[in-house]
Amino acid sequence: MPDQFLFAVEVFINGLMSGVLYALVALGFVLIYKASGIFNYAQGVMALFAAMTLVGIMDGQVPFSHIINSVFGTNLHHFGWHVPALLAILLTAGVMVLFAWLVQRLVMRHLVGQEPIILFMATIGLAYFLEGVSDLMWGSEIKKLDIGLPQGGSLWIEDMTAGLGGDNFYGFFIDNLDMVATVVAALLVTGLVLFSQYTKQGRAMRAVADDHQAALSVGISLNFIWVLVWSVAGFVALVAGIMWGTKSGVQFSLSLIALKALPVLMLGGFTSIPGAIVGGLIIGVGEKMFEFAIGPMVGGATENWFAYVLALLFLVFRPQGLFGEKIIERV
Amino acid sequence: MKDMQEGYTTADGRKIGGVVMEMKNITLRFGGVVAIKDISFDIRQGEIRAIIGPNGAGKSSMLNVISGFYVPSEGEVWYRGAKRPKMRPYEIAQQGIARTFQNIALFEGMSVLDNVMTGRLGHMKSGLIAQALWKGKAEAEEVANREVAERVIDFLEIQHIRKTPVGRLPYGLKKRVELARALAAEPKLLLLDEPMAGMNVEEKEDMSRFILDVNDEFGTTITLIEHDMGVVMDLSDRVVVMDYGKKIGDGTPDEVRNNQAVIDAYLGVASD
Repeated sequence: MPDQFLFAVEVFINGLMSGVLYALVALGFVLIYKASGIFNYAQGVMALFAAMTLVGIMDGQVPFSHIINSVFGTNLHHFGWHVPALLAILLTAGVMVLFAWLVQRLVMRHLVGQEPIILFMATIGLAYFLEGVSDLMWGSEIKKLDIGLPQGGSLWIEDMTAGLGGDNFYGFFIDNLDMVATVVAALLVTGLVLFSQYTKQGRAMRAVADDHQAALSVGISLNFIWVLVWSVAGFVALVAGIMWGTKSGVQFSLSLIALKALPVLMLGGFTSIPGAIVGGLIIGVGEKMFEFAIGPMVGGATENWFAYVLALLFLVFRPQGLFGEKIIERV
Repeated sequence: MKDMQEGYTTADGRKIGGVVMEMKNITLRFGGVVAIKDISFDIRQGEIRAIIGPNGAGKSSMLNVISGFYVPSEGEVWYRGAKRPKMRPYEIAQQGIARTFQNIALFEGMSVLDNVMTGRLGHMKSGLIAQALWKGKAEAEEVANREVAERVIDFLEIQHIRKTPVGRLPYGLKKRVELARALAAEPKLLLLDEPMAGMNVEEKEDMSRFILDVNDEFGTTITLIEHDMGVVMDLSDRVVVMDYGKKIGDGTPDEVRNNQAVIDAYLGVASD
């Protein structure tokens, strides 16, 4: 019995950790939604694009090499250098800022004041476009991302906790990468909260989200704020891309983690940063514990649907989510 | 009577300075509709200048031209002695022109204090990271800005709702919060678009008092649009009267009151 209990605790902790990764993706959605009222369908693809760009830069891959080679008959693939991880991350962040600027300049600027559904459709187009560009730029094979983050189970924790149970208990298995992800997510969220609550730009961002006209009248440039918001979302996508890419390789399915963020948003509410975090944790823990407790009775694989069913229940009983602004209709 | 170069002294003894803003032959068209037709007038340092006129006269359009939300089709806007180049509304706001809106434009999800603090955005200069960490200059700056915001909040008597989200406030108070946000920017020119619209008598009296106090206490130059003739005549130093996009009168309240064109516009003309 104590072994069974300890195992449940282990599952719980692992659930929390994977929840952190869900929360990371959800955060990107919340940021853009809060600041511009746009539900950015492209957030998952942005994470994929960021991760691919990072790998490409680190390996010294020639971007668009396929096109270049077929047009000029050359045989370029690599520059032949390797860029250190930190520098590559900075360069990739720069690429994401450039991407943000292009999105604002070429797409969003022309859609100011349009219905939310139109903006949403635009981001779907953006998602497919970016997916194609990522393929063209860096190729479509699965790549390994290794920026030197620790991976595998933590032996130290296993040894420390092995004595807690009986002979069949070997200690808690906790992935090092998950722990790193937790720390990174905590830092990221702290940074974002400080930024949005205490800086001039953060205050301006919240103001723009609330009322465009009023924002203009107090001297805020909408264009600048939108580029800023998309850049921040791009940066969050980069962090999520690094974590997920290290865990499961940089591949197309990375863009599908965006789907996993949807139930998180339903739970946490689309407008709340704490909501995205708590929502992510609840989904992470919920699906692991459910698999652990109920899974064996129904043949397993409950993780595939648990989050969506939970989200559906929320939609029925509390559509604004746990932390979302309550919708009050004044008549 | 009035020395138009050097300014003038009002009936109640306030000294009015030189020209802050001058509109020269402004025309504004929307397609075939002419909203403003060849209007010129000036706004002087420290005065309360009103723009009045019946519905659809083009008053709000004129205010939008001053604040840069509309670009005039013809004519020039001169601000503080220089012709204003083509600018975005936010750039004009950064030059010290603050405004309120006819249908209140506040940040509904933010508290009253946060709304007023957005008025201080143009006065924050320190770096991003310093601000986030509250280090060095940034802290002093935030404190100083906060003091200005609190002073404005005290002045307009909205201390009791400082932390309340604006969305929950009644209409009259929202109007006052909007005024507070505009004031917090310490504007050189304050534009009020129908500050008394939709208010009851008591709220109108409060608002009139605040407008006079603001002008008196901070010496703020104020331009306002208003429907209510009585209120305008009591408040303002000089009045521009518009009708169907044209200027039909300009002068002190007394001059305007006795202007035949104005009387016709407001009361109608008897046809023989």
